[in-house]
Amino acid sequence: MTTTIERGRPGVRPVKAAPPGRRPGRIRRIGLPYLLLLPALVLELLVHLVPMVIGIVMSFKELTQFYIRDWGTAPWAGLDNYKLSVDFNAPVGEALLDSFLVTVAFTLLSVGLCWLIGTAAAIFMQDTFRGRGLLRALFLVPYALPVYAAVITWVFMFQHDNGLVNHVLHDQLGITDKPSFWLIGDNSFWALLTVSVWKGWPFAFLIVMAGLQNIPRELYEAAALDGAGIWQQIRRITLPSLSPVNQVLVLVLFLWTFNDFNTPYVLFGKAAPEAADLISVHIYQASFVTWNFGAGSAMSVLLLLFLLAVTGVYLALTSRGRRPADA
Amino acid sequence: MAPPRSFLWTRRLFLTLLTGFVLIPVYVMVSSSLKPLADVTGKFRWLPSELTIRPYIDIWSTVPLARYFVNSLIVAGAATVCSVVIAVFSAYAVSRYNFRGKRVFTVTVLSTQMFPGILFLLPLFLLYVNIGNATGIALFGSRGGLILTYLTFSLPFSIWMLIGYFDSVPRDLDEAALVDGCGPLGALFRVVVPAAIPGIVAVAVYAFMTAWGEVLFASVMTNETTRTLAVGLQGYSTLNDVYWNQIMAASLVVSVPVVAGFLLLQRYLVAGLTAGAVK
Repeated sequence: MTTTIERGRPGVRPVKAAPPGRRPGRIRRIGLPYLLLLPALVLELLVHLVPMVIGIVMSFKELTQFYIRDWGTAPWAGLDNYKLSVDFNAPVGEALLDSFLVTVAFTLLSVGLCWLIGTAAAIFMQDTFRGRGLLRALFLVPYALPVYAAVITWVFMFQHDNGLVNHVLHDQLGITDKPSFWLIGDNSFWALLTVSVWKGWPFAFLIVMAGLQNIPRELYEAAALDGAGIWQQIRRITLPSLSPVNQVLVLVLFLWTFNDFNTPYVLFGKAAPEAADLISVHIYQASFVTWNFGAGSAMSVLLLLFLLAVTGVYLALTSRGRRPADA
Repeated sequence: MAPPRSFLWTRRLFLTLLTGFVLIPVYVMVSSSLKPLADVTGKFRWLPSELTIRPYIDIWSTVPLARYFVNSLIVAGAATVCSVVIAVFSAYAVSRYNFRGKRVFTVTVLSTQMFPGILFLLPLFLLYVNIGNATGIALFGSRGGLILTYLTFSLPFSIWMLIGYFDSVPRDLDEAALVDGCGPLGALFRVVVPAAIPGIVAVAVYAFMTAWGEVLFASVMTNETTRTLAVGLQGYSTLNDVYWNQIMAASLVVSVPVVAGFLLLQRYLVAGLTAGAVK
């Protein structure tokens, strides 16, 4: 992730290159980087920064469906939306806290499993064997499938009466007494986790595979000469060498999983069961289904603050002992 | 030295189980898309009672799938092209120049990656509605609004990855071009871009996939005429029936272009990730 930009030399070489007729010199040279950045800056401003400011302002307003057309006129609510969100004894706050805890548990499990499966698959496929190319392509299919197409297939598999999961677990293996419900009730957590891991692990696989290519072969050869077996090589060389890659990977997986909306939304629809009520869908429901945009915004801001804090702590912990990232 | 048997057996077992896990939903999708309706409404069957291509014919008339397909193509295509072009310029500026605010820019771009989409949904929704009311420019419900929205999902990631990629192109190359009389843009397009093609392809693939698969903004910000596949697929469930065979057929049809493209271009993606993200 650390892109090295330690270049002392400013700008381009002397303006020998400037074509005649155009004004050569400082202004053009100094202005050029900004000119190149302009489109990105305008877009970032329009679609990230302005909405973020609006979102923060909204969170201090009493913004219900009556004020949507002209949200500026909505009355100020002060900290009411925040109080509502963090009052864990009242229904709104309690539901938010539950949703938050579910999301934390879900994210930790999903990221852990994605990392584990992805890393194992990448390490097992480091050496060439017959069928490796085919297998590699196959493993990337869940990642390449559009979310809605993949998740809707899982919805079909989890159906109570005509789904594959109940057919296998109940009819064929006899593990469960009667067909279970997977998309409502407590089972929904495990259904969501399964889908999330199925969809997410190939990304870890891709990144770890890329990381493996950077480990010098000589390290393994030297270890083999010293008599280290393959398990020892994996433990002593492969895994430690992957740690910079893993730090980025785990952070990215964490943020994506924590913020994931698409998977639960396609799996459960607008209202997720309590056991699998991820925070994104919860906020969506608080905003668009119960039409309280002010409270929804306050929850979004709280979520952002939490993610900023986690990321900050994580980066501080993982970058210790390394040179500071010169992003 | 050949790996020991313990390693070979663990590998075989692990890869077999994983292949099963990956393949089962794919098998369900393909086989169910070839089943008559009775097969998908009753108990699950591993094998169809009869093979039929009926679902593939019916999907186009049950919902206006072709229109959704075109909408998705326009939105994802436009978002990809714009995102890649803009990211190329920005990444070139960051990779090759020193200027005030560079750090602020890169940090801002990176940090937007961690913001939850839901944070932007409500404000963008209101912003688009208000811009529409004030100026008559219909962003809400239009393809343009959706393109703009998607652009900024993929843009930060594209810029971030391309900076890494451009950094790996030796500076001597474009400096030589500058000395030979190219302008900065000439050096960019004649030297840096050709040398960074794998990274650019990787970024394009990623941007297209993100836009093609996005659900949240598509479901809030589209109407009947601008609806994309992500929302349109919900149309196969009615109050009385869920046409699972048609849903699976439609899912397969919308997946084939992206999966095929992805698998064809995946070696670029791996190369791009190696240079851009994993350093």
